[in-house]
Amino acid sequence: MNEKLSPLPKLLTGIPGFDSITNGGLPLHRTSLLSGTAGSAKTVFGSQFLAAGIEQFDQPGVFVTFEEPPADIRRNMMGFGWDIEAWEAQGKWAFVDVSPLLTDETVIGGEYDLGALLARMENAVKRIGAQRLVMDSLGAVFTQIAESKIVRNEMLRITTALKKLGVTSLLTAERTEEFGAIARYGIEEFVTDNVVVLRNNLEDEKRRRTIEILKFRGTDHQKGEYPFTIHPRGGIIVLPLSALELKQQSTDLRITSGNAILDEMCGGGFFRDSVILASGATGTGKTLTVTQFISGGAARDERCLLFAFEESREQLFRNARGWGLDFHALEKSGALRVICAYPEVAGLEDHLVSMKSEIESFKPNRVAVDSLSALERVGSAKGFREFVIGLTSFIKHHEMAGLFTATTPTLLGGASVTEAHISTITDSILLLRYVEMYGVMRRGMTVLKMRGSMHDKEIREVSIDSTGMHIGAPFRHVSGILAGVPVHASEREIARLNDLFDQ
Amino acid sequence: MVTLVFELFVTGRTRQSQRAIQNLRAYFADFPDVEYELTIIDVIEQPDRAEERHILATPTLIRLVPPPPLRIIGDLSDREIVRQTIGLLSSADDSSNHSHQGEDSSHE
Repeated sequence: MNEKLSPLPKLLTGIPGFDSITNGGLPLHRTSLLSGTAGSAKTVFGSQFLAAGIEQFDQPGVFVTFEEPPADIRRNMMGFGWDIEAWEAQGKWAFVDVSPLLTDETVIGGEYDLGALLARMENAVKRIGAQRLVMDSLGAVFTQIAESKIVRNEMLRITTALKKLGVTSLLTAERTEEFGAIARYGIEEFVTDNVVVLRNNLEDEKRRRTIEILKFRGTDHQKGEYPFTIHPRGGIIVLPLSALELKQQSTDLRITSGNAILDEMCGGGFFRDSVILASGATGTGKTLTVTQFISGGAARDERCLLFAFEESREQLFRNARGWGLDFHALEKSGALRVICAYPEVAGLEDHLVSMKSEIESFKPNRVAVDSLSALERVGSAKGFREFVIGLTSFIKHHEMAGLFTATTPTLLGGASVTEAHISTITDSILLLRYVEMYGVMRRGMTVLKMRGSMHDKEIREVSIDSTGMHIGAPFRHVSGILAGVPVHASEREIARLNDLFDQ
Repeated sequence: MVTLVFELFVTGRTRQSQRAIQNLRAYFADFPDVEYELTIIDVIEQPDRAEERHILATPTLIRLVPPPPLRIIGDLSDREIVRQTIGLLSSADDSSNHSHQGEDSSHE
């Protein structure tokens, strides 16, 4: 990366997202400690560090295993698409197998050091010209060598030797709890100045994997925990959400919402790379707003990708047909792609990763999510917020328009959790509300927020029929609609208010 | 009589390596009738041999014959451990921690 900005150079790892939270990768030619509880994906991370080096940078790597035999690692990593055996044959990957030999009984009978380990590691590094090295794991060294003083001295000797060899390395270590001592043996801090922590937390009964750079001595990195997911076909993907948050550019280009009057209310349409939240109770016209958004795009040869988490394909297509739009034809022509999924099929991180890859492969101009609030129940509040930030910044980064819907739990007024969490993230908010007037339910719509533009502040009446959505005149002489308690002003009160302003 | 076969892995000519060799030879000096074969392997010169045997620490002594294989990590200065592990017993002491069979021939 930029050597002028960071006092210590770094090595780009090639692990998606990790290089952005580390501001450019792992400290070059240093050993970093990768600490985590059992099942926190340390071995996957280590393997991926080497695999990415080979695949993306043509940097050979050495895997020193103290625990799992190489055969197990080869087999376990095959699923991620890493053909370790082939790399070994090409001289790009080498194992140093220090896994315990169960056949041999071993006793300690005098003084010793880990000279053999160091000699083998040096041999492997030189043989394949390795630039990366992983030691997995320190805890397993202790099962073979119980004296922590020896392990500490020897690990120091090894990391010093690795530095001289010009190898950037990772040493994995176990911790017994998610928050507490960095690692269990108390020697890790002596071994390395750089600590990365992997966590696998239970939060609101949901598993959430995070990664945190605890320290990088002498160089900078992003602070805090970042969620990551393990993709079955590519390994670890770190989601550097807040690192991205405020870096989007904005444009003055406007696109149509698919409804001329709504465009007017927004001051000339939505901004092209903006994200709009349409919030309302069930039946207020959210899915119709999405359908209009798609049809408005299709009329201008823009491609639209719809993620539906509430309704089935059949339902969606039937609804659209009811409003005069043929989704089948649009899909056939390539202008539309509809992806229906149950929110519960995956965690939020996995949803985000798969949505991103769908977006990247379809390359739409518009992305709609109906509804975003259906995903609320999949993760914790924090995880949901991160998910929305991740999706929003991704969409804006790709210069697309996004329309998300949120369902409010109450019919009249109220706000959804989605709104509370993401209203500051989205650029515009449309509120769709029921209005009870003289015993009749009517629908209203207002533009609550339109970042960077003037917009209509009135609450307008909406009617829905077989031709779609019709936005009518503003509600007059009624207040309290958004609060869910409309109050009708009397003629005398109106006259008095008018007088106030006429003077 | 079975000839005992040993491999001793050392790292270069360090003092620990020298001590291990001396300690092993001194130990067998007490059993002049025992035949043994000792191969000394320097892991710096022959890292592949260390690779084959999964050697982690040096010095490491492996007794290959008779089976099962036994390992002693360290410079063999702990004579009691060496005695128990290699299984050569003085006539005064015939209790062994190990259950190897067919070793009587190597005993005096």
